[in-house]
Amino acid sequence: MAEFALPANSKVQPGRNHPAPQGAKTPRRFNIYRYNPDETGNPRLDAFDIDLADCGPMVLDALIKIKNEVDSTLTFRRSCREGICGSCAMNIDGHNTLACLKPIEDVKGEVKIYPLPHMPVVKDLVPDLSVPYAQLTSIQPWLQTETPPPPDRERLQSPEERAKLDGLWECILCFCCQTSCPSYWWNGERYLGPAILLQAARWIHDSRDEATGERLDALEDPFRLYRCHTIMNCTSTCPKGLNPAKAIGSIKEKMVERRL
Amino acid sequence: MALRSPLGRVRGLGSAKEGVEHFWQQRITALGLVPLTVWFVISVISLAGADYATWKTWIGHPGNTALMLILIGFVFHHGQLGLQVVIEDYVHGEGAKLAWLLTMKFATLILAVFAALSVLRVALAGG
Repeated sequence: MAEFALPANSKVQPGRNHPAPQGAKTPRRFNIYRYNPDETGNPRLDAFDIDLADCGPMVLDALIKIKNEVDSTLTFRRSCREGICGSCAMNIDGHNTLACLKPIEDVKGEVKIYPLPHMPVVKDLVPDLSVPYAQLTSIQPWLQTETPPPPDRERLQSPEERAKLDGLWECILCFCCQTSCPSYWWNGERYLGPAILLQAARWIHDSRDEATGERLDALEDPFRLYRCHTIMNCTSTCPKGLNPAKAIGSIKEKMVERRL
Repeated sequence: MALRSPLGRVRGLGSAKEGVEHFWQQRITALGLVPLTVWFVISVISLAGADYATWKTWIGHPGNTALMLILIGFVFHHGQLGLQVVIEDYVHGEGAKLAWLLTMKFATLILAVFAALSVLRVALAGG
């Protein structure tokens, strides 16, 4: 059956408190999920009181400050700090988003930070994303053609054809949508999930691609595609403002279109 | 212990090459149920409190018999398609899933036939 509660060894326990430095002007509490595979015991929730007067505006700034000044063992992924690499995707204040794009002041009260939901945790805020990456590989996300390219220039695409890729190419593969989807939680290895299906749509709608039929064949499956029940968590959580649910709908339309 | 690579696990047994039929039938029955349900509710309200003979005359009208049978077919077909999705979502053991699916499909079939025969009996035999 689907899991509706955390396994006993995954239940989160109260953790350590790290009080604000003396003389802090605007202290704010960050409750952060901690898990270390090298230690025995359950995951815990550590509390860090940070002086916002001495911290950058984004949640990622606070995480980096904690790692630099309070607890260097705090583990998380980050790289570009401007919402284009997708590394710092995590669950902040109950929503999957990018820590670098989430202003601390948008969170009311204590800031709760967990790893992306329903994925195996490698350490602290780092989820194991090897299954979503394998799913991305499985849809062959590259241009497939038999016609050789023109010898003197790139393959042509009209502005109208190119416009069909808007809303699809911008995905940064942070997997905020993927891990917010209940269907993906229940059937994560058989359902491709919103991020991967949005990538699939990106190639299905590409006028230069010549493998549209094969791509649709590979997706025509009760689990791979049709586990999407238009729950729309993906669309509401996407930190780039994309609409994976609409992209999945467009694949379902193509499936019907080719048999009518 | 499973040591299969993530790609091997994800590719699994490959695409089933079906699902679009289920999707399409669910949409068609949903669309059909909108006017059928409106018709049914209006009919029941307009005959509320009527005696058995009036109901029998109403359901014996060929148009009403046909629409009732189609309504029953659509309701139970749409229902079993939806319940199938719920079972596939939440029941993960292959044996348990198959048992639930078969039970549900038989139950909806029996209910649909029961409902259709009831309509026909009143409409045709008057009993």
